[in-house]
Amino acid sequence: MSVGKIFKFHNDLDTDQIIASQYLLLPTIDEMKEHAFESLEPDFAAKVTPGDFVVGGENFGCGSSREQAPGVLKALGVQAVVAKSFARIFYRNAINIGLPVIVCRELPDAVKTGDEMELSLTDGTAMANGKSYSCTRLPAYMQQILSQGGLIASLNEQAH
Amino acid sequence: MGMTIAEKIIALAAGVPEAKAGDIHTVNLDRMMSNDGTTHLTVDMYHNRLKDPRIAEPKKMVFIVDHNVPSDSPKTAAAQKKMRDFAKEHGIDFWEGKGVCHQIMMEHYVCPGELIFGADSHTCTYGALGAFGTGVGCTDLLYGMVTGASWVLVPETIKFNLTGKLREGVYPRDLMLTIIGNISASGASYQVMEFCGDGAKTLTVDDRMVLCNLAVEAGAKTAIFEADEIALNWLKERGRKPKAVFKSDEDAVYVKEYTFDLSKIEPVAARPDFVDDVVPAKKVCGVRIDQAFLGSCNNGRIGDLRVGASIVKGRKISDHVRFLVVPASRQVYLQALKEGLIDIFMESGAIVMNPNCSVCWGSCQGVIGENEVLISTGTRNFKGRAGHPSSKVYLGSAATVAASAVKGEICTADMLQD
Repeated sequence: MSVGKIFKFHNDLDTDQIIASQYLLLPTIDEMKEHAFESLEPDFAAKVTPGDFVVGGENFGCGSSREQAPGVLKALGVQAVVAKSFARIFYRNAINIGLPVIVCRELPDAVKTGDEMELSLTDGTAMANGKSYSCTRLPAYMQQILSQGGLIASLNEQAH
Repeated sequence: MGMTIAEKIIALAAGVPEAKAGDIHTVNLDRMMSNDGTTHLTVDMYHNRLKDPRIAEPKKMVFIVDHNVPSDSPKTAAAQKKMRDFAKEHGIDFWEGKGVCHQIMMEHYVCPGELIFGADSHTCTYGALGAFGTGVGCTDLLYGMVTGASWVLVPETIKFNLTGKLREGVYPRDLMLTIIGNISASGASYQVMEFCGDGAKTLTVDDRMVLCNLAVEAGAKTAIFEADEIALNWLKERGRKPKAVFKSDEDAVYVKEYTFDLSKIEPVAARPDFVDDVVPAKKVCGVRIDQAFLGSCNNGRIGDLRVGASIVKGRKISDHVRFLVVPASRQVYLQALKEGLIDIFMESGAIVMNPNCSVCWGSCQGVIGENEVLISTGTRNFKGRAGHPSSKVYLGSAATVAASAVKGEICTADMLQD
């Protein structure tokens, strides 16, 4: 996988910060994505480029079950979200829409916004600032959903 | 090896004799609920992404417009029309303006032993009746709608032994905020919070809903009470029957156990911007507020309105405060009318609104502006949750919120002087 810039966020980052309630009923994810992380990084949508990474601490994506949260990150081309741990609904939603979510205990504390990193899903490793970090592999069941491109793609496969 | 209530519900839904934490099972879903926060996207995916669009059992589905009702813009109206038309076309039960989704589900649908997915994080509320309710996103909801089934990773269970009884002036909301403050916002991540013990017997179904509803704020997959006589009587009064009534086995495996003595709980408040930043309410007394909110799926039931009304009765809301009172459902609203509570609120200067999610989710009537402060019985106090990113939300009980509305600054009910 390719090198991308890091955008780093705090522990217990809730999904309201990823996309605020006032934008959830907009017609499409594409209209919502301009407002990603608006409360914390008002220029996030302008600054992020496809292949970049979002890095969080503990309990990333807690709070509301809004699938728009992983949805806007995927629509903006975020390559993966890497965190020390994830809140369960965000984690499941991300896999369901085909956005890789990677648990990596050490990397988040060693990086800051603007650093670059590289991720190998197959090796389960991440590289940042010249150092290699091991990541927790997804359970096989979830890995399969992700590799099929998400739950709907997997459902369409079954429909054959 | 014994099973917990949650494991038994999953085993039944999966059609297997035993389920244990860590297993992944395919389960038949008993019900699915979706609200206007995401349903327009679900409907779009149904039409545009599925090779073989179909609905396994429309009778398992419930669509509820509660987040932005009545609509606040042509775009919202369009999103809700999409949902309304789809429900009508497919014979899906549809509710609009009649209450917050979890209150509607509890009043009309949820039965003990059921496994329910809801496209809303507070679906864990249903554990108050011994059901396994859990929040999902709209893709999971769509998959369930199409197939009638889904997959679950069986969660570990944490046991919460409740002892004693809450003192007068202390409420289940104080108890649950105290628990969350104690175990943290990720203290029950991926796990089930099972509430039991003599203290649980002192709690009504409405009280239990307060506890279960906020379980997601500790990261839990769900929370659950055994469907005891209190729950079964409540269900019978509403003409429903359980799917299954489960108790946890004596030798069930718990990953952790906590004990909370209800008699020791004090009024508390959660400070901005984290639900687990919980302190004694007295510690935040004196914080000037601009708005107070009594409502939500956590704390907008008749008991909460009674508490709020008893405090504002014969008093006036502070000049600089908007006090929003939002019954959680039409049933609650009608009951409050009958009991004269709405008169009391109106005479005090409160703004009584139609049942909806209101300012609790920050995109309905009542959102707050730059640097404004809200004290709320809502579910969350995240940064900007109730409006402008610079605004602040404190969470407290109905009593603390009503007292603060009168005083114009955060205070507990016992501090109000006539």
